[in-house]
Amino acid sequence: MSNITPTTEKSMLTITDLHASVEEKNILKGLNLDVKPGEVHAIMGPNGAGKSTTGYVLSGRDGYTVEKGSAVLDGVEILEMEAEERARAGLFLAFQYPVEIPGVSNLEFLKASVDAQREARGEVAYTSAEFLKLAKEACKQVDLPLAFLKRGVNEGFSGGEKKRNELMQMILLKPKLCILDETDSGLDIDAMQVVANGVNSQRSPDRSFIIVTHYQRLLDYIKPDFVHVLSDGKIVKSGDASLAKELEAEGYAWIHNEPKDELEGDLL
Amino acid sequence: MTEQIDKALEREYEAGFVSDIESETFEPGLNEDIIRRISAMKNEPEWMLEWRLKAFRVWLEMEEPDWAHIKYSKIDFQSISYYSAPKSMKDKPKSLDEVDPELIRTYEKLGIPLIEQQMLAGIAVDAVFDSVSVVTTFREKLEEAGVIFCPISEAVHRFPDLVKKYLGTVVPTKDNYFAALNCAVFTDGSFVYIPKGTRCPMELSTYFRINEQNTGQFERTLIVADEGSHVSYLEGCTAPQRDENQLHAAVVELVAMDNAEIKYSTVQNWYPGDENGKGGIYNFVTKRGICHESAKISWTQVETGSAVTWKYPSCILKGDNSVGEFYSVALTRSAQQADTGTKMIHIGKNTKSTIISKGISAGRSNNSYRGLVRMNPGAQGARNFTQCDSLLIGDQCGAHTFPYVESRNPSAIVEHEATTSKVSDEQMFLCRQRGIEPEKAVSMIVNGFCKEVFKELPMEFAVEAGKLLEISLEGSVG
Repeated sequence: MSNITPTTEKSMLTITDLHASVEEKNILKGLNLDVKPGEVHAIMGPNGAGKSTTGYVLSGRDGYTVEKGSAVLDGVEILEMEAEERARAGLFLAFQYPVEIPGVSNLEFLKASVDAQREARGEVAYTSAEFLKLAKEACKQVDLPLAFLKRGVNEGFSGGEKKRNELMQMILLKPKLCILDETDSGLDIDAMQVVANGVNSQRSPDRSFIIVTHYQRLLDYIKPDFVHVLSDGKIVKSGDASLAKELEAEGYAWIHNEPKDELEGDLL
Repeated sequence: MTEQIDKALEREYEAGFVSDIESETFEPGLNEDIIRRISAMKNEPEWMLEWRLKAFRVWLEMEEPDWAHIKYSKIDFQSISYYSAPKSMKDKPKSLDEVDPELIRTYEKLGIPLIEQQMLAGIAVDAVFDSVSVVTTFREKLEEAGVIFCPISEAVHRFPDLVKKYLGTVVPTKDNYFAALNCAVFTDGSFVYIPKGTRCPMELSTYFRINEQNTGQFERTLIVADEGSHVSYLEGCTAPQRDENQLHAAVVELVAMDNAEIKYSTVQNWYPGDENGKGGIYNFVTKRGICHESAKISWTQVETGSAVTWKYPSCILKGDNSVGEFYSVALTRSAQQADTGTKMIHIGKNTKSTIISKGISAGRSNNSYRGLVRMNPGAQGARNFTQCDSLLIGDQCGAHTFPYVESRNPSAIVEHEATTSKVSDEQMFLCRQRGIEPEKAVSMIVNGFCKEVFKELPMEFAVEAGKLLEISLEGSVG
């Protein structure tokens, strides 16, 4: 169980006894987590522990069934919502492998996203000129050439460019809660540093982060307030940033000495 | 996911209304007498009637083709009426004021205002209703530039030499079963002549409407662009929602003389039938152009309607250095079937052709690309590039590609690229995770897939095509 002491202070995200399955296989088996505004939580764990599943279940991907439990984002229960409604409620998932959408320009995609979210909040849509200005600023912030706005979404982007593109989406959408799913995969050290700097620049007292990662190295660049170890669908250990270092040194085996029955590859 | 996509693709057929217009319609049936009556209705000269009768005799000897990847119940040619015209058109209204207001309202409802003051500036329209042309706008303005744009039935009288010289030269009577039938029974369509060295000052367009029940539409279009001239022509088509199938068998012939350029765009939105495949138009069309030296013909088509489409707009690249292009988006859904593509026949030296075909299949539909690239022995240095992409939506539809390449010249280069992809769960989830509605996400993804073809369409048609695919136009990056 999580060893974070529940407080009466307002939470950004509260997950309570979350059970979820994929193709009738139970993956999450009683997940509890409490994230306060401005906090950065890292979720680590071995392959198959349910790390990526946590991100998909919270963001409402089809095929992930919630069996039990609740997830409250900024006072609102989100588990019954459609994926797009959760996004509009302020939840952002940065993908491990961002997919390409050929022929749909990045700018068109970004504007459609921002328009949809603003509309849901009853805000007036940006004019094309206003939005172009914002998009250009965001593009510069993540150090991508402006030509990337015209290119198809992730079309022919390198691994690092895709991750920076995700970051650009985050900057423009201004979410309350960001879940970064194995953001470091496929990145070399330099690219990882750029992405980490970008994430750090987006940290603020009213935005929280959940960083899902297998390796500790990303946490050298993005300092978490809390580190949790996820194993077999539950958080089995929580601590501060030093826990990540211990895991790096000792491996995941010391957390769990009993043998795993169904240790398959990471599901997604 | 598939459910959401199906919902996104569901749309009302907005052009499905019936106009309440009193028509004079022939009784169903096809024989020499009917052909004589069609010819008499149009007051045609003897040579035209002879041409029709000859074609009819050829047609009687021919067999309906069965090589296309389509299935449909056999057509009973005796149960179709071959002529229908609004009664009010009998007196040949001389100006728009004399045209039945109901006809004008019909086109207004379809978004085609025929009153010149209300029209989009820069587009002249020939409106064909069942078997007759109702009105052709901006004719005087075009005639000032020497451009002829009129119903073909009128051209037979006014410009018999031009019609005789070119009619049937690109698509011969014997070309195929449906072309032969068209030669025998064609009723109306547009005739265009652009004189030497003239750039047509406006976009020309013909809007075809089938209204009457049990009636076939057999239109005939002939466009001649004389040396060094240039014309852009648009074509649109709709029909009411009816339970029985209706036949539309058109022939379009394009002649591009030396250094001339013809751009021909189609947005085809015939009634596609209902969700179960009941009703809808059989769209069996022959379109072909011939390019003389250094001439260029560019076909762009967006095919979203019809129960069955059988259509291969083609280019005969006869002159040296001539260029043929074919850009196509074909969307099939529900029970629709499309077998469409092109033929590029390279005869002259250094001829070039480009084929970009985008097929989108949804529901239980079947969508086939069929294309022929032929390099004749004399086609020294000829080149073709073909790109043929299929997008599948859901798991019950089919996409098929039948490319034929015949090269008889070792210096000719033929390239063919083909891809098949799906609107993936990942793409849908990325869009939704960013807050975008599933419906909007599908149309955005499909729009992206078609982008290379849409950018070839004239602006006004790009808008219509976008609407047809429920696509909002792209934002502001120019």
